[in-house]
Amino acid sequence: MEDEQSFSDICGGRLALQRRYYSPSCREFCISCPRLSLRSLTAVTCTVWLAAYGLFTLCENSIILSAAIFITLLGLLGYLHFVKIDQETLLIIDSLGIQMTSSYASGKESTTFIEMGKVKDVIINEGIYMKVIYYLCILLKDPVEPHGISQVVPVFQSAKPRLDCLIEVYRSCQEVLAHQEATSASP
Amino acid sequence: MPTPPPESAAPGNSRVPGMVLKAFFPTCCASADSGLLVGRWVPEQTSAVVLAVVHFPFIPIQVKELLARVQQASQVGVAVLGTWCHRRQDAEESLGHFLEGLGAIFSHEPWLQLCRERGSKFWSCKATRRQAPTCPGAPGEDQVMLVFYDQRKVLLSQLHPPVALPDHQAGDAVAGAGGLAAVFDTVARSEELFRSDRFDEGPVRLSHWQSEGVEASILAELAKRASGPICLLLGGLLSLVSAASACRVFQLWPLSFIWSKLSTCEQLRHRLEQLTFVFSTQKAENPTQLMRKANVLVSVFLDVALGLALLSWLHGKDRIGHLAEALVPVADHVAEELQHLLQWLMGAPAGLKMNRALDQVLGRFFLYHLHLWISYIHLMSPFIERILWHVGLSACLGLTVSLSILSDIIALLTFHIYCFYVYGARLYCLKICGLSSLWRLFRGKKWNVLRQRVDSCSYDLDQLFIGTLLFTILLFLLPTTALYYLVFTLLRLLVVAVQGLIHVLVDLINSLPLYSLGLRLCRPYRLAAGVKFRVLEHEADRPLRLLMQLWLPPHPLLGLPVPQAFLWGAHLPLEAERGQAGLTDPGHRPARHRHTATVSPPPCRGR
Repeated sequence: MEDEQSFSDICGGRLALQRRYYSPSCREFCISCPRLSLRSLTAVTCTVWLAAYGLFTLCENSIILSAAIFITLLGLLGYLHFVKIDQETLLIIDSLGIQMTSSYASGKESTTFIEMGKVKDVIINEGIYMKVIYYLCILLKDPVEPHGISQVVPVFQSAKPRLDCLIEVYRSCQEVLAHQEATSASP
Repeated sequence: MPTPPPESAAPGNSRVPGMVLKAFFPTCCASADSGLLVGRWVPEQTSAVVLAVVHFPFIPIQVKELLARVQQASQVGVAVLGTWCHRRQDAEESLGHFLEGLGAIFSHEPWLQLCRERGSKFWSCKATRRQAPTCPGAPGEDQVMLVFYDQRKVLLSQLHPPVALPDHQAGDAVAGAGGLAAVFDTVARSEELFRSDRFDEGPVRLSHWQSEGVEASILAELAKRASGPICLLLGGLLSLVSAASACRVFQLWPLSFIWSKLSTCEQLRHRLEQLTFVFSTQKAENPTQLMRKANVLVSVFLDVALGLALLSWLHGKDRIGHLAEALVPVADHVAEELQHLLQWLMGAPAGLKMNRALDQVLGRFFLYHLHLWISYIHLMSPFIERILWHVGLSACLGLTVSLSILSDIIALLTFHIYCFYVYGARLYCLKICGLSSLWRLFRGKKWNVLRQRVDSCSYDLDQLFIGTLLFTILLFLLPTTALYYLVFTLLRLLVVAVQGLIHVLVDLINSLPLYSLGLRLCRPYRLAAGVKFRVLEHEADRPLRLLMQLWLPPHPLLGLPVPQAFLWGAHLPLEAERGQAGLTDPGHRPARHRHTATVSPPPCRGR
């Protein structure tokens, strides 16, 4: 069962949250970030080429122009492959674990999977970053101390949605975790 | 907020949310004929790990015998978990009834029934518990979640925990390793079950990842058989060599001092250690050690191959003769440049006015030294070709040895620069010590050796007079000494930089994990450090299907192992979770090159 809603991130850009309920124990949340805008791309390219042309008029060496084209192309490819994240997905499967996937603009996907045995809780935490922002994070259990927390794993780090979006995701995650607690408690 | 779909509840039953049963199903059996599901039930995870499918016709007694045999051999509780029905034609109802009857012969709790329709991607799964539930609300039927896994990759990726110690029970080891590790452990330890393929004439016909034919390689088998005696032989030879090098003759003072200074000896010792480690007769305890051994072996092979290439290049077309002929003129040229430098320093370098007398003394002293050095080089020139020829032979031990020898030759040929640097540094150090002590006298203070601090002191008039005089003399002679010190330190830094570059190259060849890099390109699943899941096409009211794939750690862009010479003993871990070995230990070779690259002036205590 699918559902789509639009929210905004902390800088004001538009985000789309897609929710899929596969079963009471398996849910997926997908946040799509705004695409690379043509305006910013054109602006950067024009700046680089104007600078290169300025240098060319100073030095009279045409290698500068070719180098500028090369740099622009490589820079764009590098940005799309390593920096620009298009979609962030959170897949929570009761009794297996939680999986976070980031897909880049060039199609590359990077995944992290955390087993349910290590997950203590999913919470919304506050952070101070020039202003107060909220972020969703997963708390991991400490193997040595049963009530301690060994690590805090933030989710949706590049999408940075606002509190209303986070609350939706948080409620669904808590339902799944409660479901898991109930089923693991019964024999 | 949209509500989740209501759970399908059996009528008249007030139930708590049903437990979800996970069934791990191998992808190779998805197209197999109908039969029995054989595998292991892990109650802590409520998961059923299906290992193989037993096809019709079979005799139940023989199936039970096979399972008992496998259980004994592998300590894994293999049992019949349920039935698998693959309907190729429509209306095979009789098969359905037949399969249900099997539940009476092989009893297992819970009993799994997987069914796949022809031409449909979606499966139907049922898990029934025959015993009466202890608590009234628990349902008789569980929900099933299918997780597909690739048996071959899971087996070959060695994600399971290391082999349990013999005194542990099978259950103990698995309980310690939680979660998915139990699944991998089960698959890995059931090797006995996967030994038979469809060409065997056994009583029971199985379907698993090796049922099309057991995978084996002649080369691998031969290598395994031959590795024992080869390791023994080479291990013996290496121990002889290490015993010979550790004998008393080499511990005497002049020899041990020379050995410690030469980087060639250092490199040879390192290689000896590495080869002893590789050819030791102990088996590798875990995949990490195996990877380390393989990396060392591959790097030694590459080293020797490059060394032999260099050897063939050097000894062809009389290149050694050319080199030897070019060497003496180069040394002469360097000495001439040094002479010009000293003449420049003795004049008015960079417009600075030096103290004429001291300048002349120092300049003449260094010029005489240089003259001695040139004579020495000319004395050696007839023997250089022979020496180079023999040294070139050492390239068959490896490129790293040749590079170390090159670095040592550079050190020997620029020995005069090192001497100049030491003289300049000592002189400068003495001057600074004297200046600081007399400066304290000038201010009426003194260094208290007992208390390690500066105390006030009352001096006599004549002490003060002589002290101030000496202080003034030293102060005005300071620029001359400082300039000589600066120039020779820079020269020494240059030589050290060149040597450092060579050592960086040597370290790179030593510590690059080529085997792991090769595996990453050719067999990436061997380096897997975890798993990731993908949800397959889903229909409402059908069981959820997931695909479990191996997960490789992200490709390290800038994480290549930087040689030790750069990092002073620290090392960058490539993989966060699973310590992929191929890198040497952090504590293994600390500060290897410190002694060959001393630049700092000898320390002097202020008085």
